[in-house]
Amino acid sequence: MTPAPALEVDNLTKIYGSRCQDCIENTGPDHGSNVCPVCGSVVACADITFDVMPGEILGIVGESGSGKSTIVRCLHFDMEPTGGAAYLHCSGDENIFLLNSQRKRAVRNQHLGMVYQNPRMGLRLDVSSGGNIAEKLLAAGWRNVGNIRDRGRELLKRTEIPLERMDEAPRNFSGGMQQRVQIAKALANDPDVLLLDELTTGLDVSVQARILDLIKEIRRSTDAAMILITHDLGVIKLLSERTIVLKDGRIVEMGLTDQILEDPQHEYTQLLVNSVL
Amino acid sequence: MTELSALAGTDSGALKGYNFAFLDEFTKREIRRKILKAVAIPGYQVPFGSREMPLAKGWGTGGIQITLSIIGRSDVLKVIDQGSDESVNAVNIRNLVSRMTGVETTSDTGSATIIQTRHRIPEEALTEDQIMVFQVPFPEPLRTIEPSEQVTRRMHAEQDYSSMWLHLYEDIVKHGKITIGARYPCLVNGRHLMDPSPIPRWDVPRLHRSPVLHLFCAGREKRIYAVPPHTPVEPLEFEDYKFETEDFSGKVCERCGSSDTFLDEIIDDATGDSRYLCSDTSFCEKRQRGCA
Repeated sequence: MTPAPALEVDNLTKIYGSRCQDCIENTGPDHGSNVCPVCGSVVACADITFDVMPGEILGIVGESGSGKSTIVRCLHFDMEPTGGAAYLHCSGDENIFLLNSQRKRAVRNQHLGMVYQNPRMGLRLDVSSGGNIAEKLLAAGWRNVGNIRDRGRELLKRTEIPLERMDEAPRNFSGGMQQRVQIAKALANDPDVLLLDELTTGLDVSVQARILDLIKEIRRSTDAAMILITHDLGVIKLLSERTIVLKDGRIVEMGLTDQILEDPQHEYTQLLVNSVL
Repeated sequence: MTELSALAGTDSGALKGYNFAFLDEFTKREIRRKILKAVAIPGYQVPFGSREMPLAKGWGTGGIQITLSIIGRSDVLKVIDQGSDESVNAVNIRNLVSRMTGVETTSDTGSATIIQTRHRIPEEALTEDQIMVFQVPFPEPLRTIEPSEQVTRRMHAEQDYSSMWLHLYEDIVKHGKITIGARYPCLVNGRHLMDPSPIPRWDVPRLHRSPVLHLFCAGREKRIYAVPPHTPVEPLEFEDYKFETEDFSGKVCERCGSSDTFLDEIIDDATGDSRYLCSDTSFCEKRQRGCA
């Protein structure tokens, strides 16, 4: 018997603007645009259906504006989808988009971890690194300072932040260190699903390599399903087993990463693979 | 003065030419309705139409509106400020209510039916026949960590208090303990986070399951909230960093010799020595007379 997917996403759609009946038909890769010519609404993503297994890393690639971030932000409840459903295996068979905001918060605090491209989005830069990790634990009901600090130390050690800087604010840290604190925070509650949004973009190559090693280590040591958003095929090649290619808000190709990189089927994927330096 | 003296002297003792208890009946009714709502949802801040009062905002306009809305001719009023019946603020509020209603006033906690207060809860045990009215400067316990009202309302609605917990955690990390002196955040009835007004930590445990109806009102911020009798009120605390009241061990009141009351420290300018006196003056006097 195959294990159940950690996360199933069914027909996720996000449209900005007034919306008309023809929005979805008139946009997409075939039309070369995600702006509806009838009403001018922007179809950020539509008909996105996929699943992720526990312990698997699913890559999502696509050019900027193709809807990659929209997908993870909807899954993290940072924005509301226009339609579609998502099911988390660990939180029952309810569509998580339909939960009330209190329960969404509980799902986010207990089952999800998010790493944004910009640490500013995921961290409170003026609160100590330990405090940033504590925030997630406190939200999940931890009420023992000693235990919270032990857990914080463990995570910072794992993400290679010097422990003597635990009580220092990430504002004083370099970009790579901030990103590692953000990863530590995302891991605080042993999330079932880890959402990684362009986590190495904007970092220099040696720092990138350490972050990618860290993600590999997390994959080895936890059972978390990961969704890895990037526009860098190198990162995809290194980390993910399966890959989704997005274009103008739609999935144009989905399959094993090797297969996609070696034998791209869709025109856009071919372009993407060929344009790697 | 001639106009004022012409107004004085109705048979009830209230100032003639004004409605009983200063506020018009519609205003009192609105405030009483809001009080009922506040009692129904302990700790929830109910917005109300705060009126201009003959008192500067920040000097108890909230408390006085509650007192004037609930007071009846048979009530006995006590007003304290930092535990004292004799401070300017307390005297002025007491005089205002007394002139506008003709009700009896007292400094004796036991015989008061309504006690309006700023910064303290009387030391003497209170009973279910009494109502405490608190003057509140900042009704929103989350305001120090979140400036937006829209956001704090959402946080209350979703019972999302993790940022307050984080605030306490950071306090412990930086200072080794929670440094909040007055306005210690409390969870009321296991649901709403509440600012208990600037009472010292000493008084916070006395709100817990107290037999008294506690009404809180912020005139400037236009909010009413309540802790009904016997409602659980728990200060936020960690398992390993407990809530603590002020420690006066080894110190006694210079006047009455009490060692189990909240003490004010008074520093002698000339010698630099500290002296300690009861903050609750009425209780201190009772002790001195041997009555308590």
